[in-house]
Amino acid sequence: MASMDLVLYEEEIHLLEEVLQRLRHDSNARAVFLIDKYGQQMASEGEIENFDTTSLASLTAGNVAATDSLARLIGEREFSVLFHEGERDHIHISIVGKRAILLVIFDERSSLGLVRLRVKRASGEFDKIFETMAEKAVAGAPRPGSAPTPFSEITDDDIDALFSD
Amino acid sequence: MTFINYAAKEINCKIVYYGPGLGGKTTNLQYIYSKTSPEAKGKMISLATETDRTLFFDFLPLDLGTIRGFTTRFHLYTVPGQVFYDASRKLILKGADGVIFVADSQKERMESNVESIRNLETNLKQHGLDLAVLPYALQFNKRDLANAMPTDELYRVLNYKREPTFEAIAPNGKGVFDTLKSVAKQILVELRKR
Ligand SMILES: Nc1nc2c(ncn2[C@@H]2O[C@H](COP(=O)(O)OP(=O)(O)O)[C@@H](O)[C@H]2O)c(=O)[nH]1
Ligand SMILES: [Mg+2]
Repeated sequence: MASMDLVLYEEEIHLLEEVLQRLRHDSNARAVFLIDKYGQQMASEGEIENFDTTSLASLTAGNVAATDSLARLIGEREFSVLFHEGERDHIHISIVGKRAILLVIFDERSSLGLVRLRVKRASGEFDKIFETMAEKAVAGAPRPGSAPTPFSEITDDDIDALFSD
Repeated sequence: MTFINYAAKEINCKIVYYGPGLGGKTTNLQYIYSKTSPEAKGKMISLATETDRTLFFDFLPLDLGTIRGFTTRFHLYTVPGQVFYDASRKLILKGADGVIFVADSQKERMESNVESIRNLETNLKQHGLDLAVLPYALQFNKRDLANAMPTDELYRVLNYKREPTFEAIAPNGKGVFDTLKSVAKQILVELRKR
C-alpha cells in the first residue's frame, strides 16, 4: 500500500510550477491546476484566490474517474480530454503523466484552440518530470530533505494533540 | 494514498464512509461539518438526488492541526449506499487511507449490512487494498431506535478483524467524532511505520 503514496519534494513542486506558470501565461488562462487522480491538488498558478481549490480538485478527480469508467463501458481506454463550456468561463481537463490531471480555466481572453495547443506542449514537459520522479523513486536515490521522514518520529502524544479540542 | 507535500508542508489523507443506503453516512459528515470551526473545514459538497440520496459522493475536507510542522488534512468521502451504484462506490474507494463502516443497527437492515461489508472487501481488492490491514472502524448507528439490535449481536456478525467499534446516533453526534478519531489515528500510526 505504501507504494501508492505520493510524495512531492520542493524541487519537484518547483519544476511542476514552472511548467504551470508558462502554460498559464502562454495560454492566457485564468488559472491552471495540477491535481492528483485521487483528488488532491499538487500545484496551481493564476487567479487561485478566486476559486475553492480543494473542492475543484475533488470534483475534477470525481469527474475524470466517472468519465474514465464511461469510456471503458464503451470500449475506450479513457477520454484523454474533457471540455466544459460555460457562458463566460470554460474548463479544459486532460490527463498528464498517467496519474495527474491538468485543469485549465479560461475565458474570452483565450480560446479552446490556444489552450489545446499549449496544453499539448506542457503535457510533454509534465510527462518528463513525472518519469524522472518515478525513476528516482525506483532507484531509491537519497534526496535532499528525504531522510529521515518527519513521520517516523510521530509520538502518540503528537497524534492525541490533534484531537485535543 | 497519503499525499505528502514537502513544499506546502501538508499531509493529505482520504477516509471513506461506507455502508448500506440510509445507514447514516451523510449524517455523520453533516454533523462533523456543523461542529467544526470555519477555519478548519472547507466546503461540504454533496452530489445528491433531489430526494437527498447520495448520488455520487459527499466530500468534506478537514484540517486537524499540525503534526511535526505539517498541516494534517483529512478528506472525508461517503459513498452512495444503494446496490445499483456499485460503479460509483468503487471509484470513491480508490486511494482510501482508511474506511469507516456505518452499520444500520436496525434488525431488518442486518442483511444489507452484511452484504455491504462483503461488497467493501471486494471493491477494495480491486484497488489492491486489503481490509485486513487497512485502517478501519465499525460504527453501530441508529442506537436510538427501538428496533436496534443488541451491540454484541451486531459485533458477532459484522466485525471483520476485531476493529474498534462505536455506538452512534449520528443526528445528535453521539459516537461520530470518536469513530473518526479512531481511523485518523490508525492512519497516522501507519504513516509512522513507513
Ligand atoms: N433515528 C435515527 N435516524 C438516523 C440516524 N442516523 C441517520 N438517521 C436518518 O437516516 C436517514 C438516512 O441517513 P443518511 O445519512 O442520508 O444515510 P446514508 O444513505 O448512509 O448517507 C436520514 O433521514 C437520517 O436523518 C440515527 O442514528 N438515528
Ligand atoms: Mg448518503
